Amino acid sequence: MNDAVYARRRKVNALMFALTAACAAVSAGSLLMILGYIVWKGASSVSWAFLVNLPKPVGEQGGGIVNAIVGSAKVVGLAGLVGAPVGVLGGVYLSEYGRGKYAFAVRYAADVMNGVPSIVVGLFAYALIVHPMKRFSALAGSAALAFIMIPTVLRSTEEFLRLVPGTIREAALALGVPRWKVTAFVVVPTAGRGILTGALLALARVSGETAPLVFTAFGNRFADNGWLNPIATLPHTIYTYAISPYEDWHNQAWAAALILMFFVLSVNLAARLWLKPS
Amino acid sequence: MAEALVTSAAKVVMSVRGLRAGYGGASVLKSVNLDVREKTVTAIIGPSGCGKSTLIRCLNRMHEAVPGATCEGEILLGGRDALALDPVLLRREVGMVFQRPNPFPTMSIAQNAAAGLVLNGARDRAALAEAVEKSLRRAALWDEVKDKLDAPGASLSGGQQQRLCIARALAVEPRVLLLDEPCSALDPIATARIEELLLEIKDQLTVVIVTHNMQQAARVSEYTAFMLLGEMVEYGETRRLFTKPADKRTEDYITGRFG
Repeated sequence: MNDAVYARRRKVNALMFALTAACAAVSAGSLLMILGYIVWKGASSVSWAFLVNLPKPVGEQGGGIVNAIVGSAKVVGLAGLVGAPVGVLGGVYLSEYGRGKYAFAVRYAADVMNGVPSIVVGLFAYALIVHPMKRFSALAGSAALAFIMIPTVLRSTEEFLRLVPGTIREAALALGVPRWKVTAFVVVPTAGRGILTGALLALARVSGETAPLVFTAFGNRFADNGWLNPIATLPHTIYTYAISPYEDWHNQAWAAALILMFFVLSVNLAARLWLKPS
Repeated sequence: MAEALVTSAAKVVMSVRGLRAGYGGASVLKSVNLDVREKTVTAIIGPSGCGKSTLIRCLNRMHEAVPGATCEGEILLGGRDALALDPVLLRREVGMVFQRPNPFPTMSIAQNAAAGLVLNGARDRAALAEAVEKSLRRAALWDEVKDKLDAPGASLSGGQQQRLCIARALAVEPRVLLLDEPCSALDPIATARIEELLLEIKDQLTVVIVTHNMQQAARVSEYTAFMLLGEMVEYGETRRLFTKPADKRTEDYITGRFG
């Protein structure tokens, strides 16, 4: 190989390396820009009063979003309470027992569900719950979010369980331990951190979903009024305020976005710290 | 045939007759016979793929855990039909140690040693602590770990992990302990320690060890079975088999002409 070829290869190498680094910077940079922009726009409107007060009547300045914070906690919380166990148990089935056509169908359906636009899931919850009950409700919002969570948790649980080496299952079976105990007390705990992380990440994801809540939880400018009434949520409040004509609401939308972002990041961070082996 | 050459009067604890086994249509064992005598070490040797692992995995029915596995013939454990027993109960009497050390990653050393008992419902803390110490002593690991019983099982060296796995298997007090190439992932010193402990524990239980290391078979076993292509070629007292093999194929194998 002569020097000219070598010099050219070095140049191409440097160029390609710079290209990959630049693309990596774009991916991470967009997150930083979004974060920075939301903090810049929203921080000035966040105050204690904003967090603990109800919205003021339209046209009046000020007011808070306590109803949306409580509403999001309720709607997302119920979705997690239903969605996480269903997803985890389904994932255990797929990984530990699932063979043949039924498991294939479940796995395939979950993958398709993961790709269904969330607004379609919202429509489904509308048809299933809102329409027969003839009312928008927190319950319907939770159901929509749970439908989104289940396939995600199902697949992440299955993947983490598959990472448990088969030799661990064999070791337990060879001790004369029944299969269900091997699954419940050896295999699932071994994948425990991963399963929990998957569930938390799914929870963080649905807590930012807006579309499925538009015609289920519907939104509400008043205090939370039980599971069977319309309820405010953070993402839906951001949406409503952001498309409104009022400058004050725009600022509140940014502040609400900051709070939502903070919540999602904390859950995300907690999940990742948890996953890291001690 | 070969069995007639076995002269010892020791009681047969496991007997295998006409055992055929395979994986989804592919036949691995072709009508294998074997008598395992009580409180002895029986070695099964043979080249890779001869079916020796499949044979011992049939003895505690771990073979069935593989999808598509088939197994037919007769296996008796102390006169009872092992293939008709609940495999879970059979495995409490016929324990197994695997090729690679596989301590439970979420459990401490003590929890690993007690795992078989705890998972089967033992709750008495004092009795468990006693069982942990007893089994770790039998596995010649106690002195090395007695001060760090709460450390993770996975923090031990490979040889120690394998002895922990032996302790875990011994804790449920099996009659027979199967070892599937237990030293193939270990260095010579760790191997020697395991061989020593096998010679000690055979006073109390029966050991069947699969190995592709002929020296190991000669060192630890009283009886040796030589397998080739899914057939039991020769089975008899170890000393006799290694000095005066009856079958030409055995002679070729132990003199290193193939395999």
